[in-house]
Amino acid sequence: MGVEQKLGNMGVVTTTLEQAVAWSRTNAMWPLLFGLACCAIEMMSAQASHYDMSRFGMELMRPSPRQSDLMIVAGRVSRKMAPVLRRLYDQMPEPKWVISMGDCASCGGVFNNYAVVQGVDEVVPVDVYVAGCPPRPEALIHGVLTLYEKVRGIKFADVQK
Amino acid sequence: MPDIQEVTVDDLKHLVSEKAIQGETMLLNMGPQHPSTHGVLRLLLELDGETVINCIPDIGFLHTGIEKNMEAKTYQKAEVMSDRLDYMNPVGNNLAYSMAVEKLVELDVPVRAQAIRVILAELTRYQSHLVWLGTAALDLAAMSMFLYCFREREYILDVMELCSGQRMMTTYIRPGGLWRDVPVEFEAAVRNILKTFPKRIDEYEALLTRNPLMLDRTLGIGRLTGEECLNFGVTGPMLRASGVKWDLRKTRPYSGYEQYDFEVPTRPEGDVYARFLVRLEEMRQSLKIVEQALNKLPMGPVRSNNFKFVPPPRSEIGVSMEALIHHFKLWTDGFNAPKGSIYNAVESPRGELGVYLESDGGPKPYRIHWRTPSFDNLQSIPLMAKGVLVADLVAIIGSIDIVLGDVDR
Amino acid sequence: MDKKLQPIIEELEKEFGATSTEYRGDASLVLPREKIVAACQKVQGLGFELLSTLSAVDYWPQQEPRFHVIYEFTSVSMNLRFEIRVPVPGINPSLPTVTHIYRNANWRERELWDMFGIKAEGHPDLRRILMPADWEGHPLRKDYPLGYEEPQFTFNFEEIDLRKPYAKE
Repeated sequence: MGVEQKLGNMGVVTTTLEQAVAWSRTNAMWPLLFGLACCAIEMMSAQASHYDMSRFGMELMRPSPRQSDLMIVAGRVSRKMAPVLRRLYDQMPEPKWVISMGDCASCGGVFNNYAVVQGVDEVVPVDVYVAGCPPRPEALIHGVLTLYEKVRGIKFADVQK
Repeated sequence: MPDIQEVTVDDLKHLVSEKAIQGETMLLNMGPQHPSTHGVLRLLLELDGETVINCIPDIGFLHTGIEKNMEAKTYQKAEVMSDRLDYMNPVGNNLAYSMAVEKLVELDVPVRAQAIRVILAELTRYQSHLVWLGTAALDLAAMSMFLYCFREREYILDVMELCSGQRMMTTYIRPGGLWRDVPVEFEAAVRNILKTFPKRIDEYEALLTRNPLMLDRTLGIGRLTGEECLNFGVTGPMLRASGVKWDLRKTRPYSGYEQYDFEVPTRPEGDVYARFLVRLEEMRQSLKIVEQALNKLPMGPVRSNNFKFVPPPRSEIGVSMEALIHHFKLWTDGFNAPKGSIYNAVESPRGELGVYLESDGGPKPYRIHWRTPSFDNLQSIPLMAKGVLVADLVAIIGSIDIVLGDVDR
Repeated sequence: MDKKLQPIIEELEKEFGATSTEYRGDASLVLPREKIVAACQKVQGLGFELLSTLSAVDYWPQQEPRFHVIYEFTSVSMNLRFEIRVPVPGINPSLPTVTHIYRNANWRERELWDMFGIKAEGHPDLRRILMPADWEGHPLRKDYPLGYEEPQFTFNFEEIDLRKPYAKE
């Protein structure tokens, strides 16, 4: 917030409630530890030493959907997996977001056939799509930061409706 | 939302014992979303207290229809799918596919291309073992190994990116050779790996090999004998950890592996710890092969000049009418392979990776079947899991080194 | 063909009335399906410990035989490899199981049932393995459609957008 530096230590910070909520949501967003295919390896890379996604408050991957805010669908979703994916999504507490990582999750990618769901947006509502096959870790981090921008833009008045 | 019945415990009820139905033993569903199943494997466990009585694997959650999809594409375009099959070993899959096509249409590969193929395949094997080491050690609660292994993996991915422009799904090895020659920075990058990595393996050894926690969790767990392995179709490091010296690189050499001097590590014990030692030694041997191949890397072309099957170089298209025609024909119609069927296998980091390829004389594979090693390796899990604790089962799954893309195709 | 493999192939030809072919150095035997269990027992006794793979090819619309089931055998002790092909008719396709000889045939035969609809008779647990249990049809048959959907591009974006079943919260 930076108010302290400008005004000195007054022991009080003023902000709007919306900003405070957005700040807390974006600085500790816990993704679901949920890998499907190739993209899951790049997601692990993004978590690991070289790219270190914890710089953005995401060092905690939660294996339980009940403790997570963000689902990163990393990889192709088969018809057999789709109901499982939906159940995981339904178990996550509100507010929740979904990043569709990679071409296969976004639109089916190279696999245009009987076994693969053509875009995970047919199963769960998606907030951010990340392109690439598989996307580089930088691309995933960019996707996460784009999601943060979206979360910061949420107005309470809109949510009520 | 596709309207398909969800998986429940009930659909596998007929496989469990009478005790479980009566409620004397407990049924526990593990997966498909579970951090230690390395993907989307589902196991139904029948437990007595914490002891596993029965373990029933359920697979297919990552079934992608790759075989059917490859049959709908021409030989060149189908290769793209092969990377995504076993996504820890994309270069090895390309190699298996390219060699199968080369065997079918009788293409010769230049020696330089063969040597570069070996270098990249061995680096990919190393990379795959690194991810295995990181995640399997993570399952045994050694968190730092994960960070170390992924640090090293980036160096190898940088080499892949240098050659092909992609980090993982390179499609760099093509039928008839390579996509193009390696850049000038290639040698320095690989030399850097050769210089730093042996010390790093020593670091892993110092952290794990004599670690009492590691020994407690792995010694004597998940035993398989050599005969059991062969009867279950288990190949690769798992087979070698059970005392059978079988490595396709040595026994049926391909791509010039016969020129390189390397050992095939084996262990007699056949438990999780033996598999760990075998894979670690394989990493050292991979570096040894890479070094030899790099030292005597021959100069010359990297693609066959049989332009009926291999696209001509980009530079020739502008000056040669014939090259232009070949290029056009290859990328619109593809080439017609002679009628017949072949089976060709290479050694992937997980075992025998085979391709059965059948042609009806047209430009598309009539039938392509992938003999993926994880599919057979995973089948042995009910045998290994009998009578172990749930925590040991996690160690066993880690030691198989399954890649679900490899299992489900 | 490998010199060590020659007598083995000849022996199998004589004993089971098989016909052998060679293509690109790989030996292949065609056997009638009634004899596959006896042949597998014999082959395992001869030192082929590993059943590398078991799959099938669909020659639709040809009906008699519609399928060829392929067994690839590997001998670790002798370093040999050959294949056996078993023709299977298109109506009510089935063949006897070999799970009691090679235990990894278990999942491979389940895959055969799942993908081609070829029943392995006497299999301990024959059900679908890769597709969901209530799936209709056998995907790798040639008369099964690929299931291709039209990709979304700029020019047809809105048209597909209208009929695409997006998920709700």
